[in-house]
Amino acid sequence: MKQLYQLFIVELKEYIREPGALFWSILFPILLALGLGMAFSGGGNQDRTIAVVCPSNCQGLALLPQTDTTVKIGNEKIGYTNFKFKHKDWNEAVLMLKQGKTSLVLMPSDVGELNYHFDPANADAKLSYLQLSDYFGKKPVNEAEIEILKQEGTRYVDFLVPGILAMGIMMSCMWGISYRTVDRRNKKLLRRMVATPMKKSFYVITQIASNILTGALEATLLVVVTHLVFNIKITGSFIALLLMFLAGNIFFSGLAWLVASRTSKTQIANGLINLVVMPMMIMSGIYFSYHNFPDFMIDIIKFLPLTILADNIRSIFIEGAGLGHVLTPFALLSGIGMVLFAIGIRVYKWY
Amino acid sequence: MSDHPLIEVNDVKKHFGATKAVDGVSLQIQKGEFVALLGPNGAGKTTLVEMIEGIQKPDTGSILVKGMNWASQSKEIRKIIGLSLQETHFIDKLRVDETLELFASFYDLSQSRVEASLEMVGLVEKRKTYTKNLSGGQKQKLALGIAFLNQPEILLLDEPTTGLDPTARREVWDILMEMKREYNTAMILTTHYMEEASYLCKRIIMVDHGKILAKGTLNELLARYKNGEMITFEVDRGIEDQVFKKLGNYLSINLQENNTKGEIIVESLVSYLPELLKYIENNKLKLISIECRKMTLDDLFITMTGRHLSD
Repeated sequence: MKQLYQLFIVELKEYIREPGALFWSILFPILLALGLGMAFSGGGNQDRTIAVVCPSNCQGLALLPQTDTTVKIGNEKIGYTNFKFKHKDWNEAVLMLKQGKTSLVLMPSDVGELNYHFDPANADAKLSYLQLSDYFGKKPVNEAEIEILKQEGTRYVDFLVPGILAMGIMMSCMWGISYRTVDRRNKKLLRRMVATPMKKSFYVITQIASNILTGALEATLLVVVTHLVFNIKITGSFIALLLMFLAGNIFFSGLAWLVASRTSKTQIANGLINLVVMPMMIMSGIYFSYHNFPDFMIDIIKFLPLTILADNIRSIFIEGAGLGHVLTPFALLSGIGMVLFAIGIRVYKWY
Repeated sequence: MSDHPLIEVNDVKKHFGATKAVDGVSLQIQKGEFVALLGPNGAGKTTLVEMIEGIQKPDTGSILVKGMNWASQSKEIRKIIGLSLQETHFIDKLRVDETLELFASFYDLSQSRVEASLEMVGLVEKRKTYTKNLSGGQKQKLALGIAFLNQPEILLLDEPTTGLDPTARREVWDILMEMKREYNTAMILTTHYMEEASYLCKRIIMVDHGKILAKGTLNELLARYKNGEMITFEVDRGIEDQVFKKLGNYLSINLQENNTKGEIIVESLVSYLPELLKYIENNKLKLISIECRKMTLDDLFITMTGRHLSD
């Protein structure tokens, strides 16, 4: 027991005494949630620059500004967009497109109609087109028909916070465990430790346990801060959330243990971790829904461990999911995590 | 159990691919004995010690610690050995006493052992220092402190003073001698410092290319040269080979750079040196340097292997 206690305390001391690690594991996710949450929380004014190419026949178009001006379009409910019209020649306009300074070019056609040049795959350009074509007289926006969603759980930030929570679990397990392992193997400290009667199983247990404890601290702070700022709420079962948190930790600790089981080179470990972590960070619907990927990819993405974790945590937060909902994913993640651990321990290089 | 030697190594071999790291080594160590494995880098010292420590497994041969073997009694063996690796680093942001407490918990030892270790290696004043802020010598002392926690019957130390300055080296030696005096600890120490081997250890085992070249006390080893003495000289013009024979008897000679430089091992310095000096004077040679000394283990090593211990 003394051994278990000492090993556990040592992990916590190492965690607490590293200010850099504390910043990345605790503050960074909170800042990320605050930053992204505010950036995408609607309201406020947006600025869009529109290139206007007017060789000769612009005078006929009454509403089109004849000089460089800014026009505020929109209404109170959906917020305003400041369209900055800049008169350019065609070549300059194309350069602006290439440099991302504008996403839409306005140019009168031969017959005096206003033409919109933009890439329809660019959602932002498409939105500008709709706003401008309304403004230039096609169809006035019927303000009365717009109902802004204010219901909790439907905002972007409601989507984002559970995702960041899930990603935090993955990151702290993957980087925490594998960094410590490789560092200690490199320093020959693991070798020194197993040359004593230390119980290897105790070492393994404290690796997971200390990660769960520090991870719980990180997650709690994230939830508390985003609750205060955005009124984020856990609408579902708290026990279910604990189970998913546990399953995520078991799975990603197991994966980290396996990834770090052989190498003593930091570069190799970093590469391996990135290989595992990056695809999931991009595809698992942490920042944006993965439902925009092609169907065949969605079928794969749905079964990525981070997707399973994030989707279920999100269901608990915003859909009010209960215990029954998470039992299968809990069993799946922790089961596979245990298997990964078993393999990792078998091939683990202590010396 | 008491009639077993503390350590018994029987014809142990260990290969890494084509390299024979340890190639048929046998040795025995008794209670309270200090033994040095002396050899240059790559001689196989570390591999041999790590096999005794149970960190590596021999390909063939057997290793017994107090009659116990690693395959079935590793737990018991670990309790009676203490070791320090060639270079151990500790957890950076852990204090000296916390590091000792961690290792003490592996042996299920009480706080009093931590205090005793701190005292023994002279780190009491540094107990609250983070290990990463320790000097090289202090780190090595901490490694010894860890090795000493369980009051081991045998210490296995892999190059405990490599890279340390002379003062720190001397301090480490004092700690080891103290352990021997107070606890009758036995020790196997690897080193490529001849002074270290001869200062600390009664018995010296010279190894190279995974084999034992010679073993014995310092005097026994040197006696192979009948207490030979060495003259190293340099002159401005070459001296012909046959001249040296005429000057007197020598055991061996090694001439370089057109015979303007050389090392002569002689039986008696008193009779050979005056003749050499007289020859130099009579032939109007200019003496650039001359040095005479007793044979050392390094000289012995060179004559056996053609390379220096420090290579």
